[in-house]
Amino acid sequence: QTVTVAVLDHLERLALVDFRDAEGVQRLQEAIQFADQLHEVNTDGVEPMDSVLEDRCLYLREDDVTEGNCTKELLKNAKEKVEEYFVAPPGNIPLPKLEERETFLQGS
Amino acid sequence: AAARGCGGVWRRACQRGAGGHSLAPRGQRAVACNARGGAVPPGKSGLAPWVPVVGLEIHAQISSNSKLFSGSEVQFAAPPNSLVSFFDASLPGTLPVLNRRCVEAAVMTGLALNCSINKKSLFDRKHYFYADLPAGYQITQQRVPIAVNGSLSYSLCIDNKMSQMVTKTVRIKQIQLEQDSGKSLHDDTRSQTLIDLNRAGVGLMEVVMEPDMCCGEEAAAAVRELQLILQTLGSSQAIMAEGQLRVDANVSVHRPGEPYGVRTEVKNINSIRFLAKAVDYEIQRQIEELKNGGTILNETRAFDSKLGCTVPMRDKEGKQDYRFMPEPNLPPLILYNAKSLPANMNHQQVVNIDWIHERLPDLPSVKRAKLVEQYGILPEHSFTLMSEDGLTEFFENVVKQTQMKPNKVIGWILNDMLSYLKQHSLTVKESPVSSFLLADLLNLLEKKEISSTAAKQVLAELWKGEGKTPLEIVKEKKLELIQDQKELEQICQAVIDGQENEVIMMVLE
Repeated sequence: QTVTVAVLDHLERLALVDFRDAEGVQRLQEAIQFADQLHEVNTDGVEPMDSVLEDRCLYLREDDVTEGNCTKELLKNAKEKVEEYFVAPPGNIPLPKLEERETFLQGS
Repeated sequence: AAARGCGGVWRRACQRGAGGHSLAPRGQRAVACNARGGAVPPGKSGLAPWVPVVGLEIHAQISSNSKLFSGSEVQFAAPPNSLVSFFDASLPGTLPVLNRRCVEAAVMTGLALNCSINKKSLFDRKHYFYADLPAGYQITQQRVPIAVNGSLSYSLCIDNKMSQMVTKTVRIKQIQLEQDSGKSLHDDTRSQTLIDLNRAGVGLMEVVMEPDMCCGEEAAAAVRELQLILQTLGSSQAIMAEGQLRVDANVSVHRPGEPYGVRTEVKNINSIRFLAKAVDYEIQRQIEELKNGGTILNETRAFDSKLGCTVPMRDKEGKQDYRFMPEPNLPPLILYNAKSLPANMNHQQVVNIDWIHERLPDLPSVKRAKLVEQYGILPEHSFTLMSEDGLTEFFENVVKQTQMKPNKVIGWILNDMLSYLKQHSLTVKESPVSSFLLADLLNLLEKKEISSTAAKQVLAELWKGEGKTPLEIVKEKKLELIQDQKELEQICQAVIDGQENEVIMMVLE
């Protein structure tokens, strides 16, 4: 069962990853196969585990103001700024459609 | 399953371009739902009527000093990006730390809405890209939220009069804790967006209401009641104008007995009045579309308050895949009650549901019932008193300072005072007539020193806020009722003498 081009395109859009070439897709394929080994274990009636942290205590913080007021420092990272705002494009820039993209997927 | 909505008597909800009617509960209504629960009546074509279905997703900003997962301050209107910590800006190497106050606020709200509080709830990541969400995901509670399966009761006036109120209930599906996003300011001239992260990471309670409502008026009344509850609890100040309460409506229509229709999501609703308008417009739009043989798209639409209509939102194409995953940096949130409380645990690390339950203040519905009992006023009166910020306090202060009976005082508050305030767009706090002055005036009336007509004249003078007391105005305008029997007889005699052919009966108050 191979990963379809439609799924690859979907993933590229959602996660903004670039599978780039056959090698990248192959790596993905192998990772999925590796994870599929989990299906060999019968987990009927067993609650799924999210994380090995599940028995840890979730620390609760007091509602005090202890951070903030570092506008200058934060804006140092900004490629562009206007007064004290970060500047972003007007909206999400959509990925070009599958046909127009310069990746492996286009060439396949 | 048959629709739970009640349908209603339908008139066109709003006119494009012209200002619509105000849809405040006691104002005029363009649309009313009747309590008998009929569906929208058929048109001249005689086809089966339409049943509208309305659900709501409400985001209430938690009233806290600091944010949900970081220690930066929560404040409206501060210099851009001044209330932002490294975590809020999603800088690498930062981790979320849960704010206890936010948990308590959510538990309080859950209890007030009759929910089951989940002693174990989980945090998840909801992924999407947008400039005001620096991490590329929002931490929320998608799988197991903090509270589920509650209900909210609210009141509606039927038949456009304040004389008959009916109580309805909407089921609360769940309440979840989640992060707010930053704010985007769109600069279309320079084709850019300015990002302010002050709001990024502020704690929100998302309250999901099941589609048990059937029209704009019901949605508005439910949200109004939720707002009052949140304000009473103090878990959120819920001021819509400051973005502390945001409402998205899910609207669909279907024929009775048939499955629910495709629903649209309506966003950008900035007031309770606009909520009612937006919902009613969308219901009407869908009915028209279907009548003309069209289909409804499962889309997100924005309410345009200037035009009074909904328009498709750009940037929301197709169904979003949020790729939910457990938040790996946060263990489950465990809450305790008196029974499950571990013996030697640090108090500061414990949220005790029972402790919170014991300290819940009287909810609006309880307060209303108490007002009715204590003062002998009608339920509709207490409803109006509690809908206006500060009015109940004003009323109670007047009652304390006057001999006039509360059920007479209420008329002066709701008819005279309230209408003056509305005419001049003032809040109770801004009233030039204090409770002391009004009580003073009502005492003159109660002692029969002036007539009620005169009292209204005095009130009109008091509204000018010139600092005169009621007694001073009465003397100035000579509004005193004449009490002296002899003087009255003389006046009557003179009048009768002056009109030989007529006998005039003077009614002495």
